[in-house]
Amino acid sequence: MKALRKYVDKIKPHFEKGGKFEAFHSTFEAFETFLFVPDKVTTSGSHIRDPLDMKRTMIVVVVALVPAMLFGMWNIGYQHFLALGEQVSLGQAFWFGFLKMLPIIVVSYGVGLGLEFLFAQLRGHEVNEGFLVTGFLIPLIVPVDIPLWMLALAVAFAVIIGKEVFGGTGMNIFNPALTARAFLFFAYPAWMSGDQVWVAGLKHGLQAVDGFSGATPLAEAAAGKIDQLPSVWHMFLGTIPGSIGETSVLAILIGAFILIYTGIGSWKIMLSAFTGGLVMGLILNLFAANPYMEIPAWEQLFMGGFAFGMVFMATDPVTSSQTETGKWIYGFLVGIMAILIRVLNPAYPEGVMLAILLMNVFAPLIDHYVVEANIKRRLKRAKVSVQ
Amino acid sequence: MAKDSEPLFSSKNLKLLTDPLNNKNPITVQVLGICSALAITVKLKPAIVMTLSVMVVLAVSNVVISALRKSIPPRIRIIVQLVVIATMVILVDQFLKAFAYDVSKQLSVFVGLIITNCIIMGRLEAFAMANKPWPAFLDGIGNASGYGIILIIVAFFRELLGSGTLLGYPVLEKTGLYNIGYENNGLMILPPMALITIGIIIWIQRAKNRSLIEE
Repeated sequence: MKALRKYVDKIKPHFEKGGKFEAFHSTFEAFETFLFVPDKVTTSGSHIRDPLDMKRTMIVVVVALVPAMLFGMWNIGYQHFLALGEQVSLGQAFWFGFLKMLPIIVVSYGVGLGLEFLFAQLRGHEVNEGFLVTGFLIPLIVPVDIPLWMLALAVAFAVIIGKEVFGGTGMNIFNPALTARAFLFFAYPAWMSGDQVWVAGLKHGLQAVDGFSGATPLAEAAAGKIDQLPSVWHMFLGTIPGSIGETSVLAILIGAFILIYTGIGSWKIMLSAFTGGLVMGLILNLFAANPYMEIPAWEQLFMGGFAFGMVFMATDPVTSSQTETGKWIYGFLVGIMAILIRVLNPAYPEGVMLAILLMNVFAPLIDHYVVEANIKRRLKRAKVSVQ
Repeated sequence: MAKDSEPLFSSKNLKLLTDPLNNKNPITVQVLGICSALAITVKLKPAIVMTLSVMVVLAVSNVVISALRKSIPPRIRIIVQLVVIATMVILVDQFLKAFAYDVSKQLSVFVGLIITNCIIMGRLEAFAMANKPWPAFLDGIGNASGYGIILIIVAFFRELLGSGTLLGYPVLEKTGLYNIGYENNGLMILPPMALITIGIIIWIQRAKNRSLIEE
């Protein structure tokens, strides 16, 4: 560590003003603060001083995502060999999934960080850390067989149109990872939905054994085949087809625990989102007009990307509500919309993505009214005390 | 009458033609006529026909209003302008139905909606009411071209990336891109992409000409 520090200090003058690599200052700065906690200390103006800077915050989220990713890797291999009807060891399945997943992660980070660095150089600001998490989220919410060039295009779209045009990290309206997914979903629906894309190889002509279905629980529920749904236990563990990181509720709960324990993710949003989903599920149960509506409300929470979206996407500190009361409202509405879109709109088998993007738009409005209400309440109180 | 001897294409008149193409562009700078720019830019052909229709309507209405400008009572000028525009739009609509029925079908209601295109009312009010017919004519052609050039750029990208064709000709199929796994981008056909494409054009234009950036 000391040798590294020494080396960084040695090359530092080249990147300062007047040095020969002055143009790459923001790139150097990004790597230096990535390796070491910056020595900048806030001296005035702010009331809360915290040693946790943005890079350290982001790393916690990445750590929280690791269980879901590791499980996703194993599940890729497990589903693939299940489709072939072969029995393989845990290691083999994991290795297969690892090799499938690696290019997706490399492309996601390569394209995204490349663009982030480019924009930072062009605009002369520091490289934003936001993409550390986004680049990790994107591989977890796409199907395993997504062509890499499509992924690269989606990442570029998310970074440029979803984030940089608004002014970079912290200014974006929409969650960038979901922007990338929405881009893929609408641009290349054949690769983002259906029965073929969720298991490695099926789309490329792999012959599955009889009785194997690559359809996700959501697709089967939408098709009305309620009796063919996997058991809740399987959905909880995640041994089902689906986007890479979203299947295992167990792994996501571990991540949620890390986020809540460290205080990085808002437990208010998570709790209210799950409550919202449950309430909407119960309302649909009351009507029960078709088999989909009859699925027990709590089972809905295990299906599709609901858990993943609520834990990792809805809690994005930039695009969710900032006020504490607003977080309750925001999370609750995300939960309601997710189940509502999923069950009632046959065109979109998964409502979580659209629900969160929709509520991203409304988050500032919710905040506005929460603040206004607070001002009004305090004004009223002030008047009363004067009389 | 020394002014009459001004040449037809004096630098002042030429500016009327060229300004709307860039710094006074009706779509990217004044942000008018966005609605039709979103609606009919999925394919290149309707966009070109739309451009020509708007050009005819705007140029002729400009000349007519400019010629009548001294005899129009100010209080009813909007109604008079609308009558002229509506007449022109109906003529264009009938012409398209007679000679280019397919395109007319694709444009459907949007030919009729040229009447409500803000660019046309705007030019009549702002320019034709105060200028002579010849400059008004040039102004009409210029603004319609400024409108059309954006329409055609947007439609070019949307048709090329969304359908893989240009004017219906399968360009991308000929290059063999599909054989190496390329696929058409379904999002380009949806309206949001028209908005985003226009946004990107505005971004590029303002990056080049910083005086256009609003405070």
